[in-house]
Amino acid sequence: MSNIETLVKTLVEKHGKTRNSLMPVLQGIVKEERFLSEEAMISVACELDLSAAEVYGTASFYTFLDTVPRGKNVVRICKTISCHMKGKDEIIEALENALKVKVGETTSDKKFTLLTANCLGWCHKGPVMLVNDAVYPEITPQKAIEVIEDYVKNTK
Amino acid sequence: MNEFLVNLKINNIPVSVKEGTTILDAAKILNFKIPTLCNHPDLTVAGNCRVCVVEVEGSRLLSASCATPVSEGMEVYTNSEKVRTARKHVIELLLSEHNADCTKCFKNGHCELQDLASEYRIGDHVFIDMVKDRSKLADMSSPSIAKDDSKCIRCQRCVRTCEELQSVSALAVINKGDHQKISTFMNKPMDDVVCTNCGQCINRCPTGALTERTYLEEVWNAINNPSKHVVVQTAPAVRIGLGEDLGYKPGERVTGKMVAALKHIGFDSVLDTDFTADLTIMEEGTELLTRLKKALVEGEKVALPMMTSCSPGWIKFQEHMFPDLLNNLSTCKSPQQMFGALAKTYYARKKGIDPKNMVSVSIMPCTAKKFECNRPEMRDSGYQDVDYVLTTRELAMMVKQAGIDFMKLDDEHYDSIMGEGTGAAVIFGATGGVMEAALRTAYEIVTGREVPFKNLNIMPVRGFEGIKEAKVLINDVKPEWKFLEGVELSVAIAHGLHNANELMKAVREGKVVYHFIEVMGCPGGCLGGGGQPIPTSPEIRQKRASAIYAEDEGLPLRKSHLNPEVALIYKEFLGEPLGHKSHDLLHTHYKVRKRY
Amino acid sequence: MENKVLKRVDYIFQESSVVEVIELITKTFKKTPDDIILDVIDSGLRGRGGAGFPTGLKWRFAKNEDSPVKYVICNADEGEPGTFKDREILETVASKVLAGMCICGHSIGAKEGFIYLRGEYNYLLPHLSKVTDDFNNQLKTKNIDFTVYIKSGSGAYICGEESALFESMEGKRGEPRNKPPYPTISGYNAKPTVINNVETLVYAYMICKMGVEKFKELGTKDSRGSKVFSVSGDTPNAGIFELELGMPLKDFVQDFGDGDTKAVQVGGASGHCVPRKHFNETIIGFEGIPTGGSMMIFNSSRSMYNVLHDYLEFFTEESCGQCTPCRVGCQQLLKGIEAVKKGERKPQYLDELKKLSATMKVAAKCGLGQSVANPFNSIIDNFREEIIY
Repeated sequence: MSNIETLVKTLVEKHGKTRNSLMPVLQGIVKEERFLSEEAMISVACELDLSAAEVYGTASFYTFLDTVPRGKNVVRICKTISCHMKGKDEIIEALENALKVKVGETTSDKKFTLLTANCLGWCHKGPVMLVNDAVYPEITPQKAIEVIEDYVKNTK
Repeated sequence: MNEFLVNLKINNIPVSVKEGTTILDAAKILNFKIPTLCNHPDLTVAGNCRVCVVEVEGSRLLSASCATPVSEGMEVYTNSEKVRTARKHVIELLLSEHNADCTKCFKNGHCELQDLASEYRIGDHVFIDMVKDRSKLADMSSPSIAKDDSKCIRCQRCVRTCEELQSVSALAVINKGDHQKISTFMNKPMDDVVCTNCGQCINRCPTGALTERTYLEEVWNAINNPSKHVVVQTAPAVRIGLGEDLGYKPGERVTGKMVAALKHIGFDSVLDTDFTADLTIMEEGTELLTRLKKALVEGEKVALPMMTSCSPGWIKFQEHMFPDLLNNLSTCKSPQQMFGALAKTYYARKKGIDPKNMVSVSIMPCTAKKFECNRPEMRDSGYQDVDYVLTTRELAMMVKQAGIDFMKLDDEHYDSIMGEGTGAAVIFGATGGVMEAALRTAYEIVTGREVPFKNLNIMPVRGFEGIKEAKVLINDVKPEWKFLEGVELSVAIAHGLHNANELMKAVREGKVVYHFIEVMGCPGGCLGGGGQPIPTSPEIRQKRASAIYAEDEGLPLRKSHLNPEVALIYKEFLGEPLGHKSHDLLHTHYKVRKRY
Repeated sequence: MENKVLKRVDYIFQESSVVEVIELITKTFKKTPDDIILDVIDSGLRGRGGAGFPTGLKWRFAKNEDSPVKYVICNADEGEPGTFKDREILETVASKVLAGMCICGHSIGAKEGFIYLRGEYNYLLPHLSKVTDDFNNQLKTKNIDFTVYIKSGSGAYICGEESALFESMEGKRGEPRNKPPYPTISGYNAKPTVINNVETLVYAYMICKMGVEKFKELGTKDSRGSKVFSVSGDTPNAGIFELELGMPLKDFVQDFGDGDTKAVQVGGASGHCVPRKHFNETIIGFEGIPTGGSMMIFNSSRSMYNVLHDYLEFFTEESCGQCTPCRVGCQQLLKGIEAVKKGERKPQYLDELKKLSATMKVAAKCGLGQSVANPFNSIIDNFREEIIY
């Protein structure tokens, strides 16, 4: 059994073998893998007795259930109005330069993927950045780069 | 009477309907037509196209009439200014994301969106063109189904069909917002997913987004090529469906006119798949009796229940979903493929034609047959046994293109040889028909008597119930069948792959025990096939079924083993059922396909 | 119309330990479920998520359903741009949310509750799970048969729509359902379900705690009580504030504006844009402009074209995509204002788009598509020049 199959089996055991478990199972995979590979979705479909297209259809509905490969750390910058007003464009520019990728891309070392997101719920403390599940409000271009550097250090 | 009646007014006219009735259906009673797109009588309610919105007095919002049940005292307006404006907007919006190259579209003239646009006189394009996939070519990877996303209006009928009726879900809704669309797993081509090619999605697609792969031009070219001898076979269900596309109401039998039209069109020989349907009964009946003998007498482990193999959509479904049950499938090829193999061997020899100069065409109520004829296993004649498969709909197009006034044609008879069929073969076109034909023959072979049902009509296997069961007690058998004395033959029939799926799960889990199972991939059997005229509904399929059984009762011969051409081919060519030659030409094998 | 002045309140964020809320629960349970529901009805509490449905009535509908299984769901899928109060509530006073759920469960006959937490707030999970476990355990020791579970979203604004949220919890795409049936008859797993906003549940708890009369002292006839506001944009005082309902917008702008306020977007992206000239007569409440709490302030340096463009881009992406008016309508409005701005379409095209938005308001399947007309019309009507030039 591949690593993914083992992971899926564990998640299905934890959450149950019904359709209602689909979201937590997919979320569990993304937590570990950062995205849902073809193999992972097939494995889920198999375990929950769903068609692969249904699993893909459900996953692709949700912004955080990526179905394309993502880096070890997924960086999301809120692009909605308040953060826009507070300068999200400068943050994105700084990160694009620092990581040498454009929004939507993954660094060549597969460590970071840079994305934008709709309202993250920190409008009073924008601009805001999410790295995986961790939130960084009132970010500046300088602070954004520092956060990224921390992740570089910690992940080696 | 426990039913509550609800009183309401539609366009100021009072009406009383059963509780739970939708506004749409209540309006139908008063003959008010409300346009619909996502709604379909075979499917659950979606309520997503919003073209059926109506005004309900006292409500700020318009209501989707397909999804809103009536309530007491409701006052509904189906054509108020507010409704008209909204409806036009909805149509205009759909057109703004629809690749409206109508004159080039296969569905031109048969498109529900086109009809609505015409009805509401939507002329100039108010809104900005949003067609996303105009430049992208349609997915033509499947030999059966063409999928053109630029024509899709996201009504999701196909998705519901694939899930609710067929339990396949090869198609699903993916993404959201402006990126939402109908697609396959990871947007793979249609020939690389679990699609069974049943074509039920095509039957329900309101536009040209899902159509059959057409081979009209290839067939015309063959006909017009003087060096080719073009034979055509017609499946049982075509003769009771074709009329619908040529001016008749559902349920009209047009066998003689169809044969006449095919001759006018220029086929060199117009033959009948019914012939190989009868032959199938001989082969498959013998196969069943052989398996039973092995199990009951020799104690050998054979795969039972045996399952029919006439329906290529069902076969591919089984290859994907229940590969562990492939041995249960009869090894018999479908009647189409038996016909193809014999056309380029037996027929060619009898007619003195070099098979390499033959083109074998079949007219089928089916899109999966287009896939089936391309299977690598289907070349036992030394050539591709069946070259082109056209749907009933495509035949109607040929008739029109040929300028034939179909209704005025005089009936004509099939050519010979391989043009003879019995009533037992005709009923192959309805769910339960193969079972009924098999029982008529097998029972008689074993006991020497006719099946104990009035007028040969085995009613328990007929009808549209999802899964049917029947038991036939076999007694007073002929000496050579004494191992069957007192056996109660237990059979089941499923139609539509959703029902097949349920039945297969029960079989796999050992919850049910049968000797023989008939499965047809499409709802109602071939009469409801993916290649039949559009629209389809339970009522239409009922009328087609009545026509099939009427055709059966009207024929002089109603038992496959009495077909004289069948007797002749065994004598002249095949030898005996399951014999060496049969094995080579009429039987096949299956392959395991991935479920995901 | 009653005239209120801006008044700060402190009900929601008063800290309460799990022990304290459980005490209040046991005390409340001395009343019959019907009496509790009557209190909530009597309080005039209306949903704090934005739609404003009377909370007590919702509970009564669910109670009247004859079903052995019912659910209470806390809608914590806060996604409306400009709204961030539920996050703060869950971060600081989760125990009160849980208590509100438990009281609701007791009143309607539900034994299970779920918090549907948006994926963007995943970092709250460790804390929230800890409080919830503690709460569940203590309920057990008091022999109260009610358990709360947490479910996570994964980034889809539409899942804040109640029926879309059920679909998501059932492992499907978050596509809103047809209504009727309403959730109190057929909600999660097709069972009778009460779904309330995070803040609503806390107020339900507060009503049980401080009594109906005290709650009713605040607010107006149509908008009883107070409300948590999320203030953002061009303001020196961005943040979360609990204020009495029924205040005039003028007061709000005076307190929160930067002295150069040109417009306030009340109710988030799906709400209304109020220009300066209407500040005086605009009341914040169900009789005026209702809001789930979002107050976004724009000063005169802001281009209202950019604001509207942002909103429309948001709806275009976050529409579930199933119904025609919303899926295509949002795209047409967005491309439409772009075309007018670029001069590819005449300014009069905006009037065509307004008609389209009117259709979306009445013909879209759910609240998302229906409410796009709010920002669209209020911005086009008040800032037409900014859109065109």
